[in-house]
Amino acid sequence: MALLQISEPGQAPDPHARRIGIGIDLGTTHSLVAAVRHGVAECLPDEDGRVILPSVVRYLEGGGRQIGYAALASQVADPRNTIASVKRLMGRRLADLASLPPYELIDQPGMVVISTVVGPKSPVEVSAEILATLRYRAEDSFNADIDGAVITVPAYFDDAQRQATKDAAQLAGLNVLRLINEPTAAAIAYGLDNASEGLFAVYDLGGGTFDISILRLTRGVFEVVATGGDSALGGDDFDRVLADDMAREAGLADLSASDRAALMWQARQAKEALSTSKQVTVSLKLAGKALNWSVSRDRFEQLSAGLTQRTMVAVRRVLRDAQLSSQEIQGVVMVGGSTRMPVVRQAVRGFFGQEPLVNLNPDEVVALGAAISANQLVGNRGAEDLLLLDVIPLSLGLETMGGLVERIVPRNQTIPTAMAQDFTTYQDGQTALALHVVQGERDMVADCRSLARFELRGIPPMAAGAARIRVTFTVDADGLLTVSAQEQISGVQAQIDVKPSYGLSDDDIARMLKDGFATAQQDMQARALAEAQVDADRMVLATRSAMQADPELLEGGERQEIEALIAALQQQRATGDAAAVEAATQALAQATEAFAARRMNKGIAQALAGKNIETL
Amino acid sequence: MNLQSDDFELFDLPARFAQDIPVIDARWKQLQRQAHPDRFADQGQAAQRLAMQWSVRINEAHQRLKNPIKRAAYLCELRGAPIRAHDNTAMPAEFLMQQIELRQTLEEAEGPAALQALANQIQTQKAQLLQQLELSLDQQSDVAQAALQVRALMFVDRFAQEIDARIDQICA
Repeated sequence: MALLQISEPGQAPDPHARRIGIGIDLGTTHSLVAAVRHGVAECLPDEDGRVILPSVVRYLEGGGRQIGYAALASQVADPRNTIASVKRLMGRRLADLASLPPYELIDQPGMVVISTVVGPKSPVEVSAEILATLRYRAEDSFNADIDGAVITVPAYFDDAQRQATKDAAQLAGLNVLRLINEPTAAAIAYGLDNASEGLFAVYDLGGGTFDISILRLTRGVFEVVATGGDSALGGDDFDRVLADDMAREAGLADLSASDRAALMWQARQAKEALSTSKQVTVSLKLAGKALNWSVSRDRFEQLSAGLTQRTMVAVRRVLRDAQLSSQEIQGVVMVGGSTRMPVVRQAVRGFFGQEPLVNLNPDEVVALGAAISANQLVGNRGAEDLLLLDVIPLSLGLETMGGLVERIVPRNQTIPTAMAQDFTTYQDGQTALALHVVQGERDMVADCRSLARFELRGIPPMAAGAARIRVTFTVDADGLLTVSAQEQISGVQAQIDVKPSYGLSDDDIARMLKDGFATAQQDMQARALAEAQVDADRMVLATRSAMQADPELLEGGERQEIEALIAALQQQRATGDAAAVEAATQALAQATEAFAARRMNKGIAQALAGKNIETL
Repeated sequence: MNLQSDDFELFDLPARFAQDIPVIDARWKQLQRQAHPDRFADQGQAAQRLAMQWSVRINEAHQRLKNPIKRAAYLCELRGAPIRAHDNTAMPAEFLMQQIELRQTLEEAEGPAALQALANQIQTQKAQLLQQLELSLDQQSDVAQAALQVRALMFVDRFAQEIDARIDQICA
């Protein structure tokens, strides 16, 4: 039961219209889009029948661009303008990067930008190109507009990276229903196919990130018990150890960018071949020299042992966070193309003492789960009744005296969550307090990631220690944070919703959209109006069905007031002014808030009452 | 039932220390099924905001109920004996001596086996304290005694975390 759910199908403008929700796996090396069609989740192919879109964007002189396979083919020839593995740069500064790509990066506050032949490009813009390509693919597949999208992110992504991903989706013209964690998406795909119950580990080794999550599955509830991993470890690193070995044996030190790209490409081919062969020989030409290089699976295991070990350290830690032993895990789901490597499967088998689950395509499983989730979130009736209970991957805190971190929200806390802590002034007559929000597990601020700084001003002068400043951290279901502060005695509230500095401001996004990027062909105003009208219709429909379902909860005069606002909204809807439609929708939303709250309270009470009868 | 209900009312549980964790978890999921913002993903911002408030409140109660120390501290608070861990650290001398000795043992412990043995010892102590706490809260209704036991458990719990951190260091 959903409290404001549209309960009268006859009231819908078109009762048979299914709404379209898509799931997008925005990966380091490749991306996919999937949707539920005819009751089944499937990956949507491009016009050549390929479901995988390489996450590569090439910028051409004069303003054109190539995306996907075409860009991938140019990687060796034009490494400086061909942007691969951009996911690693999302929400990152130069100092955060373990290794550098073959294209040129410029350090900037918040996030690096990439220097290309057409000027600087933010990782958000590059990601938006990929997302927009998938969006067009989905629109072509359905020959219709998309109602909403679920985008997957590694569970280990921090606030900066999540914010950047959401910005990219917005820039690509997608209505983001939810960011969900990749392992959760994988479990959804597996859980439904296999009707599994119990504790599962999801071992996800992608191109650029490693995630390990423990989930508890019970009748459609996907509860993330704990999550961990390494956002700078993936299949690319396995390529790199092979490439480094090749270069070392060939006695090549300083490689040009294009030679380096060629070497990495060969290393990746060799790695993939080693999943089926015991020995691989590579022939290539580097720096004018012809090379023959041979590598065995055993040698590869040796070279990559440190990388595999790093994943197992994270596995151990996450089990301890969940207070579980490896024997309590009923199944280990393998996700990500890199889990095809026998060395990885061997390590997982050894640790958990069981064969990992590999029966779904590890490249597609995340997109499929996201599609199932999206189908439900757009509100399709008859969709599976899922509930995702996620946790926050990294602790959040504030800087205190001496550069120490005071932890406010510990990692692996179920979200959404709000946690508050009281602070005080340390000088007589102090009227302002600087707040520095950080993320990470270390005790020193210097070792954590700085998220945002803001100030609470206007505190009335008091003796040191007399003020009581309550700082509240709120993390929404997407894992995004807002922070607010209030002085309790005076009530002074310098409430600031912290949008982390690396996130794009709404103005930035508006400017980028105006620059004709990603949605160049779209008429922005027409789209804004269409979106406002859809929101308006949804609001009217929800309100009407709510009033019909619970008329007794309306207080005197409330119905008349609401009806008047509905009439006003419908009048505005016809005028064609997006801002006016939005304002009228907002007015209706505000006027119905008290009524909605009463319905919510009633719903919760009923849910409890119903349960009591069940458990009798 | 509203956002101001206490944790036990919200979860429809008797306000006592002894609880069945699987029941708490099941009720948590049942409540979240009703209130999670995802249930209202297509229903506008007002519904989302309300759902978020409920969902946050349910998670808060769940965190407190499922953790025995937090649950006990909450019961003490409801019964008029708040723990005030920050400004009330007065503990019996005997207990403090024992803590100092344990800390020395931790500093001198070498190798994972010794640390694990210490960790087991602390787990046993913690279990005993929890049993006494149940007695104080549910049988004897001695809230002052219970508050003291909660403070002792906070010490013990912090110490257990330090052992874990040491084991981590050694394994890494």
